[in-house]
Amino acid sequence: MNFADTGMNFSFNRVAAMVRRYWYLLRSSWPRILDLIYWPTVQMLMWGFLQVYISQNTGFFARAGGVFIGSVLLWDILFRGQLGFSISFLEEMYARNLGNIMMSPLRPAEFLLSLMIMSIVRLSIGMIPVSFLAIAFFGFNLWALGLGLVAFFVNLILTSWAVGIFVAGLLLRNGLGAESMAWTIMFLFLPLTCVYYPVAVLPGWLQYVAWALPPTYVFEGMRALVIDHVFRADLMGQALALNIALFAAASLAFFKLLQSGRVQGSLLQTGE
Amino acid sequence: MDAQNTPAIAADRLVKRYKGVEAVAGVSFRLAPGSITGLLGGNGAGKTTTIAMIMGLVTPTSGTVSVLGAEMPRDRYRVLHRMNFESPYVDMPMRLTVRQNLSVFAQLYGVENIEERIASLAADLDLTEFLDRLTGKLSAGQKTRVSLAKSLLNRPEVLLLDEPTASLDPDTADWVRSRLERYRREQGATVLLASHNMSEVERLCERVIIMKKGHVEDDDTPAHLLARYGRETLEEVFLDVARGRRQSEAAK
Repeated sequence: MNFADTGMNFSFNRVAAMVRRYWYLLRSSWPRILDLIYWPTVQMLMWGFLQVYISQNTGFFARAGGVFIGSVLLWDILFRGQLGFSISFLEEMYARNLGNIMMSPLRPAEFLLSLMIMSIVRLSIGMIPVSFLAIAFFGFNLWALGLGLVAFFVNLILTSWAVGIFVAGLLLRNGLGAESMAWTIMFLFLPLTCVYYPVAVLPGWLQYVAWALPPTYVFEGMRALVIDHVFRADLMGQALALNIALFAAASLAFFKLLQSGRVQGSLLQTGE
Repeated sequence: MDAQNTPAIAADRLVKRYKGVEAVAGVSFRLAPGSITGLLGGNGAGKTTTIAMIMGLVTPTSGTVSVLGAEMPRDRYRVLHRMNFESPYVDMPMRLTVRQNLSVFAQLYGVENIEERIASLAADLDLTEFLDRLTGKLSAGQKTRVSLAKSLLNRPEVLLLDEPTASLDPDTADWVRSRLERYRREQGATVLLASHNMSEVERLCERVIIMKKGHVEDDDTPAHLLARYGRETLEEVFLDVARGRRQSEAAK
């Protein structure tokens, strides 16, 4: 691996420049801001009303109020976290600005950190209002999960960044031909990480796959907290360990794909 | 080699092959610090790939290229802050104002007194009245000037220009050329200019490298090229090279 690619002489000043660039873009466009809030709100309302309906008819869901809303809010952290990362990256490709950036003194690690910061900014714009709407409509207070919420958030955002970093590598290597990966890759996690149902529902062999993915531990942990009022620190620890491995693997893949992009000449020509 | 004798740009038997296609086939040249060189060639001659290897965006298949003594792309972070470029293959973000764009890039390049630098460049390139306008709302010529301003933000010692006046009207193009000449003179910068505009190259460049099918076909001063080919303009020389006429035939 080219050592220079790993981000020696890290500069927070350059990270701040990139964050400023994305912030200017975001605040200049109300459709971009509306898009951050619109879908999480629709999702939360749809699952919330479904939960209300089911809980009126089954005893279990009457006891486990908020499981669906909790699931959908945490899923949005995972999904929107990755999307926030990937969209900021895609903006550079749409703007044909990647050549300017790759030719500047900005290190790849600084670029990635700026994308992570923007994923949190975008996520906050979308999720904070929606979390308050969940209290208003359904009496579900995500913030009342307290320490659990912090552990869930850290693990989910780490997974979303790892996936975002990998997708950014694919985009550098393959251009906009790989764009659909940015929008759809996380949906692979939807059935496998058991967002809306316990892992026990899956066939035995698929449970091994599920337990290899960090978000599975988070969704299991959320159900334990909401239904049984137990915070499973063991699950969060396991998720964190898996996330560290996933993050390292994604970063390695990114730098390899970047290197390959230089060999294939795809950094200047970033179209299809 | 001491710093004074170190070429600003040195390409040594540079080769780039893409899936069996040889885009650049053993190009060698050395550009002295403070020189201004034109890189000429038809479409597919290998100019852009050569420039991309000099910028560190493309890894050579074989051979080496160094900028200010740093091998590219391996040691690029030693020198990227001392060079810059302008190319039609990249744009400045359209939804940011000119001032926002320039200030973001100034911060990326570690420029000091950013506001002052932007104001001075804007005055120099006649951009002051556009500073707070969205870049996407500017005309093609104005956008080219913004890209040029970006390329001069960090007072680069090495400046790579790919068709810098392609979308400009003759008057503005001439004006930009005089700005480039002045910048080069004042800063002692090394400039490599890829262009299809022969009169531009004739006016600005003290040396011309002509590429064809990935090779350096000729490399000399404009005056020597004109004399050797027995032509009156570089355009005629370029056509002789592009059509494969030998110097002796062309001179008849």
